[in-house]
Order: sequence, then C-alpha cells, then structure tokens
Amino acid sequence: MGSAAQPQTSRFSKTEFSQRKQRVEGVARWLFFAMAIAMIIPLLAIIAYLLVKAWPALSVEFVLDVPRKGMTEGGIWPALVGTVYLVFISLAVATPIGVLAAVYLNEYAKDNWLNRTINLAVINLAGVPSIVHALFGLGAFVYAARFGYSILSASLTLAIMTLPVIIASTREALASVPMAFREACWNVGATRLQAIRSIVLPNSTSGILTGVILQVSRAAGETAPIMFTGAVFYKAIERGDILAYRLDEQCMALSMHLYTMATQVPNVDESVPYATAVVLLGSVLLVNASAIAFRVWLRSRKKW
Amino acid sequence: MPAGEKIQVQDLRLSYGSREVLHGISFTVTRNEILGIIGPAQSGKSTLLRCLNRTIDLIPHARVSGRILLDGRDIRSGINVYDLRRTIGMVSPLPVGLPLSIYDNVAFAPRAAGLKSRVDLDEIVERCLRQAALWDEVKDRLNSLGTKLSGGQQQRLTIARALSHQPEVLCLDEFSIAIDPVTTMRIEDVLKELRREITIMLVTNLTQQARRLADRTMFLLNGEIVELDRNEVIFSDNPASQKTYDYVNGIYG
Repeated sequence: MGSAAQPQTSRFSKTEFSQRKQRVEGVARWLFFAMAIAMIIPLLAIIAYLLVKAWPALSVEFVLDVPRKGMTEGGIWPALVGTVYLVFISLAVATPIGVLAAVYLNEYAKDNWLNRTINLAVINLAGVPSIVHALFGLGAFVYAARFGYSILSASLTLAIMTLPVIIASTREALASVPMAFREACWNVGATRLQAIRSIVLPNSTSGILTGVILQVSRAAGETAPIMFTGAVFYKAIERGDILAYRLDEQCMALSMHLYTMATQVPNVDESVPYATAVVLLGSVLLVNASAIAFRVWLRSRKKW
Repeated sequence: MPAGEKIQVQDLRLSYGSREVLHGISFTVTRNEILGIIGPAQSGKSTLLRCLNRTIDLIPHARVSGRILLDGRDIRSGINVYDLRRTIGMVSPLPVGLPLSIYDNVAFAPRAAGLKSRVDLDEIVERCLRQAALWDEVKDRLNSLGTKLSGGQQQRLTIARALSHQPEVLCLDEFSIAIDPVTTMRIEDVLKELRREITIMLVTNLTQQARRLADRTMFLLNGEIVELDRNEVIFSDNPASQKTYDYVNGIYG
C-alpha cells in the first residue's frame, strides 16, 4: 500500500492548520472568560467600597432610628419605610394591570393594527427616560388628578414606569408554555380563559414573578420620578413605626435620601450616604434573594 | 337527516393567508365507520380535522368556506362551538399530557363543561382510562403528573381525555407517530372496540394502518381528494386512480 510508507502524516496527525485552529480556540476561550470575570469585578468593587466607606455609620440603630440634628445624626427609618411603601404600592398597581395586559397581548390579540400599536406603545414606554416619567406623573397625578404631592402620586408614577417591563417579561413567560397545551384544552371544548386559568398561568408563575421582582430594585432605586411627585427631603415620623405614612402624604425614600445626604446637607459624616446606599442595596438584594428561593422551589415542581 | 351519514363536507375550501390548502373538497363520513385518511405531508389532512371541530377559528389568517354538516346540522354558523368540540374528540400527533395529575387530565373536559360532582368525575375517569387501556397501569397513581408518563402512556391518556366528553366522532391525527409498535397495536384494538359506539376518522401516514383499521380510506393529495372508496378498492391492484396505487404501494410520495 502506497500510503503505508507515511502512516503518521496521513490520518489524524496534527497539521499547521489544525494547530492554528487550536490556538485560536484557546485564545477565544480565555477572552470570553476574561469578559465574564470583568463583569463581576465592578460589582464586587462596588459592594466592597460601599461597605468600607459605610462601616463607621452602619448599625441596627442606623436602620431603625429617625434622622436627628438636621439629618446629620440618627438613622434612616423614615426613608426605608417610605421606599417600602412606594415599591409595594407601585407594584401592587402595576402587576395586575401588567399581567392582564400581557395575557391579552399573548393569548387573545390578533395581529392587526390596533394590537401592533399597543405593542409599539409598550416598547416605547419602556424606553422613556425616568425623568420624563417624573414630569408626566407631576402633570397627571399631582395636578390633573389632584392627588397632590403624595405617596399615591409617586407610586402611580413608578407603576407606569415599571408597567412595560412587567408586560414584556410576563408575555415571555406566557409564551414559554407550549402551544400544544392550549390546543389540547381547546380540543375538549375549553374556552381560552379556561385554558389560561388552569394551564397557562399556573405554569408561568415563576417567569412572571421574576419580571416583577426585577422591578423592585428599579422602583426602589429611581429618584427622579418620586422627587417630582411625592418624595420629600425630611419627614418626621416615630422611630420604628411601620404604619407611619398615609397615602395622601409625602414620604421620605432611600434613593432620595441618599441624594440629599450626598449633595444637599452640609456637615454630614461621609459614611452616612454610603450607609444609606448599603441599606438600599441590601434590602433590594434581600427581596431578590427570597424571590430566587421561591422560584427555585417553583421550578422544582415544574410539570413537564 | 340522511340515515347513515354522520358528517357531510361540501366544497370545503381553506386558505392560510393567500395560500389555499384545501381546494374545495366534498365527502361524507358514515355513522360508525372508521374512515382512514392518507396522504403525504402538507396535503391538508390535519387542517381538515381542525375544520371539523372548528379549532381552525383559533388560527390567525385561516379562512374557511363551504359547508360541514354534522347529523345534517351546519356547524359553521349559529352553534355552540364548545359543545361541538366535545362532540368531536381530537387526538393530536404528539401525545400531550397536560401539566396536571392523571386524574385531572381526564376530568379536565367534564369540569370545563361544568361538571363538579366527585362521584360522577370518578366514574368518568375510570371508564375513560379503561377504554383507553391505561387504567391498570395508572390506577394506583392517579394523582401523579400526566406529563411524567411515557410517550405511549401519554398518548393513551390523550385518548382517555378525548373520550371523557363522550364524543360521537373521534378524530385521530397520526396518533402512532411517537409511540412504539406494541402500544400502537393496543390502541388499534381500543379503536376497534370504540367503533361500535362512535364514528372514527383516522389520519395516518402509515398506509398499512389505514388498511388494517379503516372501512373506507380517503387519499388526500395537495388539498384535493384523489380517491375515496372502500378499502377493498383503495388497496387493491386497480384503484380508480393510478396515483392512489402508486402512493399505497410506496412508489409515490
């Protein structure tokens, strides 16, 4: 056999081309890995920096106490409670509207100009900067609806801001339920609503929840929309009081408080705004973590 | 109402957007027969079934014309579509166990129709699972998930679900595509039992299956009926159309 003279080079032996391919493969792999790591570094740096800077001010008292001496001392309780109110109310408004709208768009809507317009509106609403939402909230809720500068106005503004994202993520969750399940329901004489209630919604809860939870951090973190509509510089409430605010009152909020402490109040110890930031980040992460735990539990019960 | 005719289809045309899929087909289905429907992919077999139970209404851009009579009643206008779908049982190509318990899978249709009595539901679930030859395998775990059953079991669960609303016509769309030959044979035996009570339309890619089970077979090609006749003719050496002979004998398609 002619090829037997040089068996090593005929099959499966390394060539210059194959070795170059292997080198490129190696470089690519490391490049991708480096980018993935590079994403984590700023996160860790932020958390570390915040913790170091905030350390002198951080304590349980700082969380539970009210601000004292022109906000230069004491804690941030009113701001924490205010943020909880704003986030809770805005999502309590946005979630049902967003989920039901998504159900319409994903389950009922035919492809016609009206629904295309709705889709376009949702996408564009998601792209509106938060400061514009703030102005809209000011005009619509504070003045036109006469809710005044209040928790209600601020929450509704945040609700409108979070709505399009909740709609988008809910639609995605609904779309991940296989079409065959719906058809099986229709085939035995179930209405769309019966299919949605018994099959589609129960099996997309985890995805819907993820979308809503992601909006917690957004609603808690935004400053502009609430600054124009209901968040206030200082508000005296009782230490540790959870039911301190009424809907028609203004409130303090963590994001707003962070901004004022960092830029508006003289003679504040540098650690105070950082400690505020740590509390803000910490409470958001806490909510996210519990949501992730709940989701893992839901996934473990995944049914197909 | 003509005696033996369960379903009459008259000049049925269907298009998705501008693409016409069924080009005006007419045929009748006789009460208590098994009608085989054979034909290559894209010939409109599944679409035809969707027209019968009007799930075609749920598909965007689908336009239907022509008449479909069930027991002489036009099903395309002025009827309760949910009852129609209960009258026509549908079994899809891929087994679809709903993400519910085995019990709830079978009880789904009666419940959707408003039945609440646990005793009645128990009775329906057991009867249908027995009819679908699945009862013995699942009777001790009715509360486990239907989606966790094997493919063959899920397909029998689908049949049990289709029987749970006591259909007068049972349409099977390539029911054996995802299951093994042994299970297929068991289901074929089930169908032979069922035909005493109901009318069956059997869409299949396996011409031999139509030959085994059907009384008459329709050869559908590109949205037109090439030939519809008794099995002795369709599967003989000289059916009316040369195309039928070629397809049945594996020369065409």
